Amino acid sequence: MAGLVRRGPSGVEDMTKSSGATNSVSIAMCGSGGAGVMTAANMLLDAAADAGYFALFGRSSGPQIRGGEAAALVRLSSEPVSSVDDTTEILLAIDWQNVHRFAAELPLDAHSVIITDPTQGDVPEVMAKSGARIVELPMKDLAKEIPGGRPNMIALGAVCHLIGLPVDIVTEVLGKSLKKKRADAYEASVAAVKKGAEAALTMGQTKRLPAIAGDKPKRWTITGNQAAGLGAVRGGITFCAAYPITPATEILEWLTGALPKIGGTFVQAEDELASVNMCIGASYGGAPSLTATSGPGLALMIEALGMSTASETPVVVVDVQRGGPSTGIPTKSEQSDLNIAIYGLHGDAPHLVVAPNSIGDCLFTTQWAVHLAESLQAPCIVLSEQSLGQSRAIIPEPADVAFVGKRLIAQAPAEGEKFKRYALTNTGVSPMPVPGTPGCQYTADGLEHTETGLPSSQSGDHFAQLDKRLRKLTGHEYGDHWATIEGEGDIAVITWGSCTGAAREAVERARADGVAAKLISPRLLSPSRPDAMAKALAGVKKVLVVELSHLAQFHKYLRAEYDLPQTQVLHRAGPLPIRPHEIHSRLLAMGGK
Amino acid sequence: MTESCALSYTAKDYKSEVKPVWCPGCGDYAVLSSITKAFADLGLEPHKTAVVSGIGCSSRIPAYTNCYGFHTIHGRSLVVATGLKLARPDLTVLVAGGDGDGFSIGGNHFLHSCRRNVDMTYVVMDNRVYGMTKGQPSPTTEADWDASAMAPPGGTGLVPFNPLAIALSAGANFVARAFAGDPNGTASIIAEAVRHPGFSFVAVMSPCVTFREEQREWKNVVRPAPGPAATTAAEAAARLMTDDGFNMGVLYKGDRRPYQPVTGTGKTVADLDAEFVL
Repeated sequence: MAGLVRRGPSGVEDMTKSSGATNSVSIAMCGSGGAGVMTAANMLLDAAADAGYFALFGRSSGPQIRGGEAAALVRLSSEPVSSVDDTTEILLAIDWQNVHRFAAELPLDAHSVIITDPTQGDVPEVMAKSGARIVELPMKDLAKEIPGGRPNMIALGAVCHLIGLPVDIVTEVLGKSLKKKRADAYEASVAAVKKGAEAALTMGQTKRLPAIAGDKPKRWTITGNQAAGLGAVRGGITFCAAYPITPATEILEWLTGALPKIGGTFVQAEDELASVNMCIGASYGGAPSLTATSGPGLALMIEALGMSTASETPVVVVDVQRGGPSTGIPTKSEQSDLNIAIYGLHGDAPHLVVAPNSIGDCLFTTQWAVHLAESLQAPCIVLSEQSLGQSRAIIPEPADVAFVGKRLIAQAPAEGEKFKRYALTNTGVSPMPVPGTPGCQYTADGLEHTETGLPSSQSGDHFAQLDKRLRKLTGHEYGDHWATIEGEGDIAVITWGSCTGAAREAVERARADGVAAKLISPRLLSPSRPDAMAKALAGVKKVLVVELSHLAQFHKYLRAEYDLPQTQVLHRAGPLPIRPHEIHSRLLAMGGK
Repeated sequence: MTESCALSYTAKDYKSEVKPVWCPGCGDYAVLSSITKAFADLGLEPHKTAVVSGIGCSSRIPAYTNCYGFHTIHGRSLVVATGLKLARPDLTVLVAGGDGDGFSIGGNHFLHSCRRNVDMTYVVMDNRVYGMTKGQPSPTTEADWDASAMAPPGGTGLVPFNPLAIALSAGANFVARAFAGDPNGTASIIAEAVRHPGFSFVAVMSPCVTFREEQREWKNVVRPAPGPAATTAAEAAARLMTDDGFNMGVLYKGDRRPYQPVTGTGKTVADLDAEFVL
């Protein structure tokens, strides 16, 4: 596929030598509400899971609250998948109602196959002009031949046959979900899947999944939002108050069920002002606390995060970013809350900002966030993204790391000794009492204060407390977790969050093409780590910054915090993900290829 | 708590050494004394008691007590206190603040705290003015009040907020009105509010002698409420809508069950992994 002409999302043709990941197949299934696209895609994922594959499953849907057109975007591979691919091998439409709305999210090329039901209208021009091969599959008519048969199961059978997933694995998955509850539906689905697979016999060759060699690897199936929830409780969270918001709601949904099971508390608050302040109140009481939200909610929470900073009361806020500003694009991804997360607080307010860089990393990074917030008695914002949070993936089994929130707890002072809640310690971290401890009574305050916590407007107290609150963050040993750093080379891609997967794939492809590049994806965004970044950039002559922000917020942040060599920027607004070939072609150009 | 412990405190045990920022003659001094007297009468241990406030003159109270305190941000005292009480049901939580903090910027939390009915007590020192910022009309200010340069000529023309009526209709489990000029009466109402399960609301008329000089007259017009507390919100509302705002005492005592989130079914964090393992 070297030298293939690809059509970028903007419609501009761009050249790339990228061949795509050889071990993966990307499938898009779409249709109108009720067509069963998501059911079929989930079954496809379950079957692939049973067969030992890894997967990434994103979804896109129209603005309707329920139903409406939907597209399931599935990438399956024998290797872990952390990015969407450049192209779609199979696009299957149960019908074409409003599917043109997804056109920009479904890259096609001459090697793609479009499977269409001839009774459901023509392939939209925007897709047909990609040059993809179009094959017909009368899903509706074939389904009618089976009592209770449904077109989405015909579709599932056809797709599985084409990519090389054995039909008996699919029927086994159907058995697990349907056999006991609805025997008739099970029989009809099995028959439909078989009929679909049979019909695919005449469709010709498409890209197939490689066989899984040896034992199936240990894997999990999880969404980024579930992973963040699990990371929270692994880190020791016992209290969550939250207000529903897309695309963070699944974190709350998961914690609503999980927290009571382990003796924790979940509260649905009246708004985001309430949710974050309830968390701060619970944290003051000794319970490690977390809330989750998206951009509009984070904007409302900012004042309280200043109080958390000043009063040194830890709290974790997960922001699952969506398109902004204002209501923006609630259901789609963007990396444009970086500025508010790092710079949004009024006053000089050092705090923690971390970002997971894969679906699986939502678990580790949220767990680490709890550990950091509790250890450093500061607020920690976790910047996740819609494309991480709401995508389901089959990932390598996550490591069980030992990070648990450990607060430095104050003991009752000796008789006659005055307790100093904000004592100026060397580390800047002062022992924090759990209410109920005799002799440690203090008033937590957003007002500047003395070491004992008394309000003070004196310059000396202000300097001392500001410095203490900064010192505890900058002096902490964050270890290697501050960034994901992979490979060596005199070019570095610096990126963050969801773009990391595409950058990783691009760096690997560039290496295969003779351009050595390294990947630097900071997980700790605030405080910055100038020494660690300098070390990571030693010997690097050129940098490519990659991010999903119209204003290139990450690039500006890097410029402000770090010394960078000659730097280029690849950035644009969400929601279209930056695909590996875009980064790959920039790397080849930077490497003189 | 043992009985011997309950007898061992006086109001002084709950007061810190910090000197209040309030103006001479401010009603809040008396309310501070009433709160500490109520704590002493209840025999609460200072380290097992928390006082949470927002922003404003009266919200300075936590630091003037010897309890655990949180002087939070403007309007958010009730929700910080809610989180604290839910995480620590063993603590006694009292929330204190003013009319601007509670009914304007914090109005939404007031509604939902009444609805939620968490077991805590909310004492609002209502002086019908923003004192800390020097005299602007508040949600409880009379529509025609224009004695301050900060008020529009002829007054705001806005209907004053009726916090007791709102509390009743939103579901508060205990509603009372007190007068700062009667510190013993106020202390006794606050103690009863703390004792009563669920969300207890005590509106204390606390004169601002700096910006509302005329409130000095309150002491001449307040009187005890004519009867005992109503046990239905409807009856309480009927009384409230016909009184002139100067009847002091407990207006309503309900029997709603305090909010208690579901918790504790004995699993471990490791058990939660199972749903994700293939």
